[in-house]
Amino acid sequence: MVIKKDQLVKQIKNFTINFGPQHPAAHGVLRLVLELNGEIVERADPHIGLLHRGTEKLIEYKTYLQALPYFDRLDYVSMMAQEQTYSLAVEKLANINVPLRAQYIRVLFCEITRILNHLLAVGCHAMDVGAMTPFMWAFEEREKLMEFYERVSGARMHAAYIRPGGVSQDLPLGLLDDIFQFIEQFPLRLEEIEELLTANRIWKERLVDIGVVTANEAISWGFSGVMLRGSGLPWDLRKMQPYDVYDFVSFDIPVGTNGDCFDRYLLRVEEMRQSLKIIQQCINNLPEGPVKAFDKKITPPSRIELKHSMEALIHHFKFFTEGIVIDPSETYTATEAPKGEFGIYLLSDGTDRPFRCKIKAPGFGHLQALNKMTMGHMIADVVTIIGTQDIVFGEVDR
Amino acid sequence: MLFDKYLKNLQNLLPLISGQKIKNEWIINILSQHVPFVFKFLQKHINTRFSLLSSISGVDFVGKDYRFSVVYDLLSTLYVQRLRVKIFVNELTSIPSITPIFINANWWEREVWDLYGIFFEKHPDLRRILSDYGFEGYPMRKDFPLYGYIELRYDENHKRIVSEPVEFSQEFRFFDFETPW
Repeated sequence: MVIKKDQLVKQIKNFTINFGPQHPAAHGVLRLVLELNGEIVERADPHIGLLHRGTEKLIEYKTYLQALPYFDRLDYVSMMAQEQTYSLAVEKLANINVPLRAQYIRVLFCEITRILNHLLAVGCHAMDVGAMTPFMWAFEEREKLMEFYERVSGARMHAAYIRPGGVSQDLPLGLLDDIFQFIEQFPLRLEEIEELLTANRIWKERLVDIGVVTANEAISWGFSGVMLRGSGLPWDLRKMQPYDVYDFVSFDIPVGTNGDCFDRYLLRVEEMRQSLKIIQQCINNLPEGPVKAFDKKITPPSRIELKHSMEALIHHFKFFTEGIVIDPSETYTATEAPKGEFGIYLLSDGTDRPFRCKIKAPGFGHLQALNKMTMGHMIADVVTIIGTQDIVFGEVDR
Repeated sequence: MLFDKYLKNLQNLLPLISGQKIKNEWIINILSQHVPFVFKFLQKHINTRFSLLSSISGVDFVGKDYRFSVVYDLLSTLYVQRLRVKIFVNELTSIPSITPIFINANWWEREVWDLYGIFFEKHPDLRRILSDYGFEGYPMRKDFPLYGYIELRYDENHKRIVSEPVEFSQEFRFFDFETPW
């Protein structure tokens, strides 16, 4: 059969591909339905919920203290930042005052957490784009930081260290010396990573002018954290609505200018430097004193007290079975987690369990802008943009 | 003090039911039919400028006439202020979508629809978001059991995933320490 040329009707349809849910660059279980025109992305439809564990539902069936470890497991690379948000929310509802030493310890460990998170964000982003080495170096540093976690709480990642009313136990002897040693050597490691990336031609070609978000767009998409600051808006909850002792430490907020992936990379590196500054100030200014609120309805008594005091024994038992009872009230508490604004809308109803605990995860807000950010870019840039958004599915799917 | 003045001003301009301050956080209650107007106003007016929508959450007060409340958390980056807007609805009433006003309301509304079954009118894409493909029921409602109704497992004979009604080896236990007798 001969096909005449004028009989050929050119019908070009967009090509639809399925990206994930088992793709290493998807940072977990993201399923993306991509509509491609050649190599250009026309539409990206993220399907989430493949890691949905019903955290919010489970929390409604747990006491306030039992609910705490779920927060480690939301964004599993910035554990303590979320514990802190939850603790602040419970403290707000129950009107608890936290001792100053505990607040300093919290800030110290939250900044360690920020470095922990940004190392993974930068390292994995570099690996997604094709640079393997920074990832290895970043993970070596992460290992050291997780050792600090371990020494203070016994767990490398899911620490459950920051608790309503303070922290679970005081710092072990010699820990601050080692943290100081770490912050002495870490800037050099950071420089090594930057040496490989910042001026690297391939890295720049892949990141500069990719996924540009203007300041107005960032606000209307409800961005927070690095995604918002990268677009030039100096918005950081640590400065704007300070919690714990963030108003006692001095640090700078780096702000981007172009709102592209490269700016956000530079911001993350600079934020790590600022975190080191905060950590140093916390070590220097760490006051002596208790690390838990005195109210024994809020925090458990120490083990030593248990051996002598009947009262302490009763409190211990009541605390770990019944837990904290909070009068009907509500709060939306938000903190600057490494990924952005992590908020908790906590509703108490006069019992020992939260009536409702809504978790506002920064990644959820960022991921829904993926369609907008990838539109018109090449398919390989989708990976760059997922990397720059710093998505972790534990918090997106909850 | 500031809030009282602010609220009075708002009440002159907006159809609010009530306003309150809990734990130094500002809360206003509105009716569902006023949603598009109120949110447009709060977003654009020079004295409010709540231009960033943090989140939308649903709450289920089971047993009440209007059993659901939908809670919008707004943030004004200009005035460094947060505002919470609450709407009470039941299973039959719906809420106009605010996706044309706040683009990022899209997924938050989808989530509330998915977990609570509150319908949002004129939402561009009201699909389920967090629960599984083909899931039935609204899991965050208080009358939905914690363990759900079906469970999934891989069947070696059929070489596929099969779903079955849940079976417990131990009965679900829930201790109420408030009333031990």
